[in-house]
Amino acid sequence: MFWNEKAECMSKDEKEALQLERLQKTVKHAYENIEFYKKRFDEIGLKPEDIKTLKDIEKIPFTTKSDLREAYPLGLLAVPREEIVEVHASSGTTGKPTVTAYTQYDLDIWGECIARGLKMAGAEKEYIIQNAYGYGLFTGGFGIHHGGNKMGAITLPISAGNTKRQLDTMVDFQSDILTCTPSYAAYLGESREKAGIPLEDINLKAGIHGAEMWTSELRNRIETSLGIKAYNIYGLTEVMGPGVAQECGEQNGMHIQDDHFYPEIINSETGETLDYGEKGELVLTSLTKTGMPILRFRTKDLTSLIDEKCKCGRTTVRMTRITGRSDDMLKIKGVMVFPSQIEKALLKIKGISPNYMIHVTRPDILDEVEVKVEASKELFSDEMKEMEKVEKQIQASIRSETGLRVDVTLCEPESLPRSEGKAVRVIDERNFE
Amino acid sequence: MVVQQISIFIENKEGRIKKAIDTLAKENINIRALSIADTTKYGILRLIVSDNEKAINALEKDGFVVKENDVIIVAVPDEPNGLNSTLAIFDEKGINLEYLYAFVSSKTDEAIVVMRLENMEKAIGVLEDSDANILNTDDIKEL
Repeated sequence: MFWNEKAECMSKDEKEALQLERLQKTVKHAYENIEFYKKRFDEIGLKPEDIKTLKDIEKIPFTTKSDLREAYPLGLLAVPREEIVEVHASSGTTGKPTVTAYTQYDLDIWGECIARGLKMAGAEKEYIIQNAYGYGLFTGGFGIHHGGNKMGAITLPISAGNTKRQLDTMVDFQSDILTCTPSYAAYLGESREKAGIPLEDINLKAGIHGAEMWTSELRNRIETSLGIKAYNIYGLTEVMGPGVAQECGEQNGMHIQDDHFYPEIINSETGETLDYGEKGELVLTSLTKTGMPILRFRTKDLTSLIDEKCKCGRTTVRMTRITGRSDDMLKIKGVMVFPSQIEKALLKIKGISPNYMIHVTRPDILDEVEVKVEASKELFSDEMKEMEKVEKQIQASIRSETGLRVDVTLCEPESLPRSEGKAVRVIDERNFE
Repeated sequence: MVVQQISIFIENKEGRIKKAIDTLAKENINIRALSIADTTKYGILRLIVSDNEKAINALEKDGFVVKENDVIIVAVPDEPNGLNSTLAIFDEKGINLEYLYAFVSSKTDEAIVVMRLENMEKAIGVLEDSDANILNTDDIKEL
């Protein structure tokens, strides 16, 4: 049930010794080969030899997304170009894409991390993995693919989209594991129901979903509509791609592959390091990457770390479900709101489809929020007063979750954009200039 | 004696009513009566049609949310006070009206009134007691 028992179940002392050794090596590698890191270290008079303990990592300056953008596309390589074998880039949802480059060694580690996750989701070598993450510059498709290959499972590179074909493939090939974004998994579940394909006709056992935030309510929807256990996976292009962390069968936090990535939690305003259990921004340092090592990358993802041995037997540090990003927080009428809170409120109501859109405007001086929800048979009535009741119920649910009074608009089924990759849920049209 | 009406959720967007009507036309479904209730954001299109099952299938296939529900249809004299006498019965018994729409048929001298009441069972009871002319599904087909 472990892919790599030695690495995943190490004692704390053993792990910390390994992490320190790898950290020192990575810091030296980065300092000696990447102009950017050398300059950063020299500016504050820091030498790689100053990293004597794991705690000393706090002396290293943070790396941010904008640092990576300035080095676009391949300004942060630590090895000669002939050693690089693959390149990926972020989707650029929040600006210019960031690029990451891999040596063959890095690809092997990536495959290793994904293989550990596949095993956590119960995969066996004879399993068919229907990989519906997009193939391309996005890390999702290829990341899972490398992991499937590493494990020796049967990887079906169907990529994202073409929903009918996805469903046909599930039925015809009897795929065992589905990998895709959670919003696409929910859509596939919804489409299966609509197409009238009985659950008995498909053989999916598990789904591995990530690349965007999702709630436990959405997890329930996915699990019921596809008859699977859905596992949360975490990763980001800047650090490697998916597979930095993933849930095991306990579904109680994602195991960080901490022999390859060193996690810290910081207060995103002060930059101060926080303790286990405290909520803040996740900061990651690669411990084994050779092509493009990254030191103290600020992920902007808000989570907390659990440093207890998991019931599954693994000792790797776990991170809790991401509840927001320090930069996707909306401040509406002075209230802090995360789209995930609105999703949670919506999915508490029976009959709501997991597709929604949050539209923030400021027509005059006050913020207004419109939440668009698709009408369904359960929500619709021939009587106006019943329809008003439904709207009020949705409003009340959002209000109790966020404290905000929003305007709810019901729209026709399937009129909101479906996403095959990362879902865009928020349109903020306020002009702050 | 109730008749099944179908209602369709219509988003307040250009061309949506036409799309619904088009869908029905393509299936050769005859619309006997129609009304629309609207807010600034959406509307509810209520219809009495010749073939509910066929209509619902076609509409759902085209992505509409459709519901079927009971209404009462009565024929009232097409003359001043015609409708009033029926409404007076409900008023007397304290039965609230949810909505109502009416049409005239070329095949009868009476006006046809479609009604949804708060308490449908009680409403049928009092109408029957008052000898009102309640129409059933077959009667509708004749119109």
